Amino acid sequence: MPLLSVDELTVTFGGGRGRKESKAVNGVSFDVDQGQVVGLVGESGCGKSVTSLALMGLLPKKGVRTGGRADFDGTDLLTLAPSRMRDMRGRKIAMIFQDPLSSLNPVVPIGIQVTEILARHRGMKGEAARKEAAHLLDRVGIPDPDRRLKEYPHQLSGGMRQRALIAMAVACAPRLLIADEPTTALDVTIQAQILELLKELVDQQGTALLMITHDLGVVAGLCDQVNVLYAGKVVESTGRRELFAHPTHPYANGLLGSIPRLDAPRGTPLTPIRGSINDQIAWADGCAFAPRCDHYTMECLTGTPELAEPRAAGHQVRCVNPIMADPEAPPVVTAESDTASGSSDEPSAPDTPTEEVPA
Amino acid sequence: MLRLVVRRLLQLIPTLLGLSVLLFLWLNRLPGGPASAILGERATEAEVARINRALGLDQPVWVQYGRFLKRVVQLDLGTSTQTGQPVWEEFTLRFPATVELSIAAMLIAIAVGIPLGYFAARRRGGWLDVTAVSGSLLGICVPVFFLALILKGIFAVNLGVFPSYGRQSTGIDATEVTGFAILDGILTGEFDASWDAITHLVLPAVTLASIPLAVIVRMTRASVLEVLGEDYIRTAESKGLEQRVVRVRHILRNALLPVVTAVGLLTGSLLSGAVLTESVFSFGGIGSFIRTAIDARDYPVLVGFIMFIAMVYVLINLFVDLAYSLIDPRVRVH
Amino acid sequence: MASTTTRADKIDRLAELTAQQEAHGGASLWREAFRRLRASKMAVIGAVIIAVFVVLAVIGPWIAPYGPTEQAWRGEVFPNQGRFVGPRGENWFGLDHLGRDEFSRMLVGARQTLLVGVVSMLIGLVVGALVGALSGAAATLGGASGKRLDSFVMRVTDMLLALPSLLLAVSIAAVMGQSLTTVMIAVGVVQVPVFARLLRGSMLAQGGSDYVLAARALGVRRRRIVLTQILPNSLSPVIVQATLSLATAIIEAAALSYLGLGNPDPAVPEWGVMLSQAQRFFDNAPMMSVYPAVGIIITALGFTLLGEAMREALDPKLRG
Repeated sequence: MPLLSVDELTVTFGGGRGRKESKAVNGVSFDVDQGQVVGLVGESGCGKSVTSLALMGLLPKKGVRTGGRADFDGTDLLTLAPSRMRDMRGRKIAMIFQDPLSSLNPVVPIGIQVTEILARHRGMKGEAARKEAAHLLDRVGIPDPDRRLKEYPHQLSGGMRQRALIAMAVACAPRLLIADEPTTALDVTIQAQILELLKELVDQQGTALLMITHDLGVVAGLCDQVNVLYAGKVVESTGRRELFAHPTHPYANGLLGSIPRLDAPRGTPLTPIRGSINDQIAWADGCAFAPRCDHYTMECLTGTPELAEPRAAGHQVRCVNPIMADPEAPPVVTAESDTASGSSDEPSAPDTPTEEVPA
Repeated sequence: MLRLVVRRLLQLIPTLLGLSVLLFLWLNRLPGGPASAILGERATEAEVARINRALGLDQPVWVQYGRFLKRVVQLDLGTSTQTGQPVWEEFTLRFPATVELSIAAMLIAIAVGIPLGYFAARRRGGWLDVTAVSGSLLGICVPVFFLALILKGIFAVNLGVFPSYGRQSTGIDATEVTGFAILDGILTGEFDASWDAITHLVLPAVTLASIPLAVIVRMTRASVLEVLGEDYIRTAESKGLEQRVVRVRHILRNALLPVVTAVGLLTGSLLSGAVLTESVFSFGGIGSFIRTAIDARDYPVLVGFIMFIAMVYVLINLFVDLAYSLIDPRVRVH
Repeated sequence: MASTTTRADKIDRLAELTAQQEAHGGASLWREAFRRLRASKMAVIGAVIIAVFVVLAVIGPWIAPYGPTEQAWRGEVFPNQGRFVGPRGENWFGLDHLGRDEFSRMLVGARQTLLVGVVSMLIGLVVGALVGALSGAAATLGGASGKRLDSFVMRVTDMLLALPSLLLAVSIAAVMGQSLTTVMIAVGVVQVPVFARLLRGSMLAQGGSDYVLAARALGVRRRRIVLTQILPNSLSPVIVQATLSLATAIIEAAALSYLGLGNPDPAVPEWGVMLSQAQRFFDNAPMMSVYPAVGIIITALGFTLLGEAMREALDPKLRG
């Protein structure tokens, strides 16, 4: 049985006040196994962050409706009582967010922000809590943790802030860690360090990681299983290697075609996906991606396409006209290597905390 | 910290100097000038000339200003034309009453305003929110002296729950120690005198609290709403913290920062509200005194009061700045 | 042939489906703000109150059943003995302390009240905006002298803000003597530093924004940037404040009247003056105070509601 099993999750915003309802998440299903790293990939606005907030029970109560199930360790997170969800958060499921500066309370010292979660879920107080907090900071690679505990977020560098947030997230050794674009707001050099750290921690603790990102480089370096989201639906779901070798949905194919690669011959043009995520049609009318797709046909405009496995077992694709031929660009080797060495925007520098100097 | 205090105090000087120039010019512009203020309107020309000479008004303007400034610095604000007493003494005599009233009003405004603003924001669009918002909008639209009249009419005249005027009932013979009626009662053990002073304070304080209350409610509400949308609140919630911890440590500690500034600014405007409130309730503080000074065109008192208020205002702002630097670590560093 | 029709068909079908999905996007700030205003209950109530008030102010003197100074029922009111006349058939709101028809005085007074509010606000707005624009432009255009001018102006406005508005008004009234003009100028002058600071602050904020930087990078002259980019974009808080100031002005004018500095001319009844005269008889004839007071409160509320709704509609942060 998977650790987390999301089944037909829907999140609907709005309605009332004359505003149009909008489905941010429109029937998303995926599984996360114990200790597995699963990617949720898509452009901003595709519903990936809303999915994570729905799982955490952090969506506003007003004007938001959720549907479907999200079974975590035998309980449905979507219908769990708020007080029990509160017990769950931070202890069994933890989350780290995109912008580490705005995610930390500016007027409370880092130390208190770490110890408060220890007090809440592990009943630690006073000196014991402080010691454990220092230990946690040390574990996430923050030098001189005793001093850092007394400092405020603005006194830390960007990378260090994200490390502090990670320390809070792993403080109670959660079963599942949700990371929502954890490296997007960081310098490129720091990004790799943070990813490395995350990988190390989840390996040590046996924590499953749900990685939410728009960055295929992150996926290539980290994820076992990848779900590509478009307009609130999973359009392609498969293992990491299979995705990079045979991107079958035109959207996934487009995503891969729009990032620069070191292994492509010189002069190979990048092929961006045209339009933006705002150019879409309702899933009920057809494929939401059709307006941006080079391969759409009349069939794409009649009813929601279903998930199918046109290429291989376990490789699910939601497309009427999947791309069956291998990409025209030379074969993709990147994904075949186990590390992220092929991905251009991700230097796999060793974790060197010394280069983080507070701003 | 000390450097900040000194720097702010130094910044005060040009402000107060400019103000004294304005006041000096204003005094000279008054219809008839000081002579007719002293002699009345039927003075002969010879009398006016004599007074003018005596007051040094025949000398160049800058000499006159220099003398004016010297007197102000020595707290010699002149003599009240109403009472014949030095203005400064009149102020110190009445100061405790107004301070008592202002503090009571501010306490009411804070104690009611912050929780109301907070819960209005948390239940945005609910009945409490709608009531709080419309009540506070209405609150700033009611002329203070009319509210005073209404409250006095209902609670003092008709229901007789509270006394309608003064600081103390006539029968009570309280010993004066500090001039603060409630405190004096506690110090001397005359608790009935304290209680009597409190009942006298209720209606004026509620009246005076109306505007700061309205402002604090709206300010707190807006500020809490803004903080609720911040990422760090989401982080706090994602840690599964107790609601109480999220509320106090994460929401309020951030949301109250701008409210602290507002409270400081409001304390200044409280003093002009006191002029209206005190006069309706015949509360024997500076406010009532100013009200009669306006009627009697008692200019030395008015000038003194304006200088005095400006000083209080600037000092309060200094205090707020210091408080701010204590509670907001980001300010402390710069 | 068949293939071209399907191609055209599918493009048509796509366009149709896409159009269904598209909401109102790309509306300008002002149009969007206006749409939000119309949707706001606060704004609608405020606008209705203001409309009624303005109509009353315009036609009030014509529809008033009696003249505002006609002491036709002088023999029926004895303020010294506490005898007053309340509402009755011929005098809907009763009589005032001099035996004049209260209803007529309210109607005629609406115009005076609006006049006091509008003129005071305009004084504050025009002078304040000029000072603020000057200061803001000086600060934005840069240069040591510009900065110095700006900081001097701000010092002066700081000083004026340090004075309680009521006392500032009292001081002005003391120099100018008692008249309607005095009240308007006194209340207006109090608003000057408020408008000045607001416009300057807004201009500085705009001056630091990226589009100004972009314009500068394109080589647009600074003077031109201030006039065509910064100033127009800085106006929305000033417009909001102008609306709110109408409310403040009306209330402040009433307070000045209460302090005995209002308009002494009985021929022009103004609500503030009426209230301050009536409050002396509050214990015996409370309604006499209530009519003008309620008039003031509702009017002020109208402007406040509209102003606050405008503030919300124009605040990009509150947009969802």
